[in-house]
Amino acid sequence: MNIQHLITTIEKTDPEVYERLNPRRKVIQQFAKLGGKLALSAVPIALGSMFSKAYGRGTTGSVLDVLQYALTLEYLEAEFYTKAVASGIVPAGPPTGAFTTIRDHENAHVAFLKTAITASGATPISKPTFDFSAGNGSNNGPFKDVFTNYQLLLAVAQTFEDTGVRAYKGRAAELISNNDVLTAALKIHSVEARHAAHIRYMRRNLLSNTTIKPWITGKDTGGIGAAVQASYNGEELAVQAGITITNINSMAISVNAATEAFDEPLTDTQVLAIVDPFIA
Amino acid sequence: MKPTSTHGSADQPTLDAKGLARRKFLTQTAGLVTVASLAGACKKDKNENNDGIDLGSGDIGILNYAYALEQLEAAFYTQVMMSPFSGISATETALLTDIRDHEIAHREFFKNALGAKAIMALEVNFSSINFSSRDSVLATAKAFEDLGVSAYNGAGKLITNPDYLLLAGKIVSVEARHAGFIRDLISNGSFADNTVIDANGLDLAKAPKDVLATAGMFLKSKLNANNLPTS
Repeated sequence: MNIQHLITTIEKTDPEVYERLNPRRKVIQQFAKLGGKLALSAVPIALGSMFSKAYGRGTTGSVLDVLQYALTLEYLEAEFYTKAVASGIVPAGPPTGAFTTIRDHENAHVAFLKTAITASGATPISKPTFDFSAGNGSNNGPFKDVFTNYQLLLAVAQTFEDTGVRAYKGRAAELISNNDVLTAALKIHSVEARHAAHIRYMRRNLLSNTTIKPWITGKDTGGIGAAVQASYNGEELAVQAGITITNINSMAISVNAATEAFDEPLTDTQVLAIVDPFIA
Repeated sequence: MKPTSTHGSADQPTLDAKGLARRKFLTQTAGLVTVASLAGACKKDKNENNDGIDLGSGDIGILNYAYALEQLEAAFYTQVMMSPFSGISATETALLTDIRDHEIAHREFFKNALGAKAIMALEVNFSSINFSSRDSVLATAKAFEDLGVSAYNGAGKLITNPDYLLLAGKIVSVEARHAGFIRDLISNGSFADNTVIDANGLDLAKAPKDVLATAGMFLKSKLNANNLPTS
């Protein structure tokens, strides 16, 4: 075994390997120098131990990164619904029932993701301090009445759910090599979509606005406006994999239906920009 | 009452303006695909033999599996809107029409994307459904939507091409929106109840064989999933 060659190869494959090995960086660099002097039989064991620290048990850095990203979003939603239910402004009966159901799911997602991250040998990131007024910690942002104005509360809930759906979708491909994590992410993703449909239906009924549907039409915000437009931009896509969906094969499929039939992903950069004002 | 898919045979010519896009779409897996059964003595469709309609293998098999489910859903909602149940509300008419159109869009998308590799148009069997009954229609819709969600969730790990995985992801969340809405029509607040969501807040994921066992009850055509990937 040529240990220097092996480490060089790993560096080429994963230039960030030393970052992943962070506290052990010096150790592994020395290790590379000393490798030739070590008993050959000890090398694979020592290497395996270091890499399991760096990558978790079979969990690559990217997969772990997606899990931490998902945890951040679930922290946001869990705290939002916890505060919403506690606010006292959600009407008793079905509305409180729905908010409680969703709150419990988001808390379950937080617990599930923390367990998954811990099981991968990593430490779950800690919960950020949130500002649901979207004021970056000022608590005086555009949504400062969110926990006193029920319509606004539903608007923010809709935005979080629709954004969450798009966020999971945007990173699913990074999980393609890890069947268990991919399946778990998909199982969360569809729950967020069920939530989104319900919150949107609540808004449709509350506002008596039939243009608000359980699904997203074009890039329409459902009357919420420019403050949340970034969560909907890109949803107006009516061509999928080069295939035009509108009136496809002479079927009467409207542009609206064509856009509703497919939800679109958001990149992590887009999502973090959307979420940023909500973090102090 | 014999609803059938609204389009013709999957054998119709596919060399049209979309040919290029399809070719690009299929290029990466084309090499992996077994050419449809050559059991040509059979006068049925090119990909049907005594074992049923072969969905195929690899990613193409999974896309055909999705195409089959979308055919079933589209045929169902097409019939629902052709013979609306008694007492259907304006909201139900509007939003069930939307769902019909979404499912037709999905079906036609897969048909075009698969091109020559698409399975034939399936024959459905809706004899167990009373289309004049709201309860019967919505219970079936709920079963189909929950089944569709669990099918896509279970198929994700079987897909190898990240572009196809994203496409499945774009569709499954719309199916989940449908499921949530249909459930709310049946009982407001049941959009994500504990019959589908577990204690970890996770939705269902089902393997193709389990999904097809349920879907098969609504199909005259027999599907053969033997060549689908299982992991």
